[in-house]
Amino acid sequence: MDARAAVNGPLHQLVYGVERVVKGALFGCKMCGQCALSSTAFVCPMRCPKNMRNGPCGGSTDGMCEVDPSMPCVWCLAYQRSKKLGRIQKLLEIQPNLDWRLSQTSSWINYVTGRYRPGSGGNHGA
Amino acid sequence: MARSHLQQVLASDRFAVTAELTPPRSASPEWIRRHIVHYRDVDAVNFTDNVSARVKMASLAACVLALREGLEPVLQITCRDKNRLAIQSEIIGASALGIRNVLCLTGDHQSRGDHPTARGVFDLDSIQLIRMVRRMRDRHVLDNGAVMKQPPNIFIGGVANPFAQPFEYRPLRLLKKVQAGVEFIQTQAVFHLSIFERFMEMVCDMGLDEQVSILAGVYAAKSARVLEYMRDSIAGMRIPEELIRRMGCAGDQEREGTGIAKETIAQLRAIKGVKGVHIMAVGWSEAVSILLEECNLDRRPEKAAIPVASQTPQ
Repeated sequence: MDARAAVNGPLHQLVYGVERVVKGALFGCKMCGQCALSSTAFVCPMRCPKNMRNGPCGGSTDGMCEVDPSMPCVWCLAYQRSKKLGRIQKLLEIQPNLDWRLSQTSSWINYVTGRYRPGSGGNHGA
Repeated sequence: MARSHLQQVLASDRFAVTAELTPPRSASPEWIRRHIVHYRDVDAVNFTDNVSARVKMASLAACVLALREGLEPVLQITCRDKNRLAIQSEIIGASALGIRNVLCLTGDHQSRGDHPTARGVFDLDSIQLIRMVRRMRDRHVLDNGAVMKQPPNIFIGGVANPFAQPFEYRPLRLLKKVQAGVEFIQTQAVFHLSIFERFMEMVCDMGLDEQVSILAGVYAAKSARVLEYMRDSIAGMRIPEELIRRMGCAGDQEREGTGIAKETIAQLRAIKGVKGVHIMAVGWSEAVSILLEECNLDRRPEKAAIPVASQTPQ
């Protein structure tokens, strides 16, 4: 089903609005529509200017972002928090290529309706 | 079908040498001839893809010019300038042209380059890119699952920066790249040997040195000024102040630059899991041939067996 059509109904609009407000306030969520927070110890990877979904690039200096040195590297944060919460194993899951059609839709609805599965990339043989 | 020469060298357990050459900001096909003499004895030459987000001749074009001269090229592809369609077609085309090595990177952000007003693509990240390319080759499928008639014949590489933060995560990131399907790794230039040794220890403890061929980065600097520039302008690059001082105090800085690189190569060869070196000498190609000679890494016999594009009918 076309992902765009799914967000036109009033129920979807409502869920989308709630998700946006709640996750935006808590995690700086960018509403990619295919949430990876559960594998990043709840640091939104879409805050990375390079959309890194699978870990940090090689550019962070002293824990700060190479693009905006006033911003902490989200992957440094994700690693520290994963370590603290005992979730390092989750960081090792390969996040699949993004489905950009889902951008600005509700990942809750997308999850329930099976449009994405977090960490479902698997290795190259999968 | 001819296989990658680099892959064969690494499989033979011979210490491999690759080197990086930045394509010019010029449409002159003659450019490669000025450099080629210094790269004759390396196993493969990387041609960067708009390095540091600065516009240069396309890596693919530089690779073809290199093939014509009998060099073995490594095509570099970053996720900054191309989406998954463009990358897949480039891989297919590169293989058809006889290019046998691909290095997959995320790439520097465009805001740090010479076109900071541009829009970056970043459709994929480097791990997703590696996985996509490996599946194209081994499973003969495109990213959308469609089957290809003839898969690309390529050796798949990636990069690692053991010196960027978070340090303890770097070996885990390498593990992820291995799981995604990477076959060789070229690291960022090693200036802090102790950090690199620690990284390799963790990598070997995880058994990754058995699953991927690691080539350690070596930088040959022409002057102390070059090192200062790199320290200040390259993201994630850390250079010890002692090293810059040592270069600055040297009477003959070029001599000191190759001397330091030679010492580094000797130290790297002694580290478990290091299968070769990747020499970076930006704007100073002579350093590559000098280093090879001084480290007795020149006169590599199998080099003559590398087929050029015109001899590999597909």
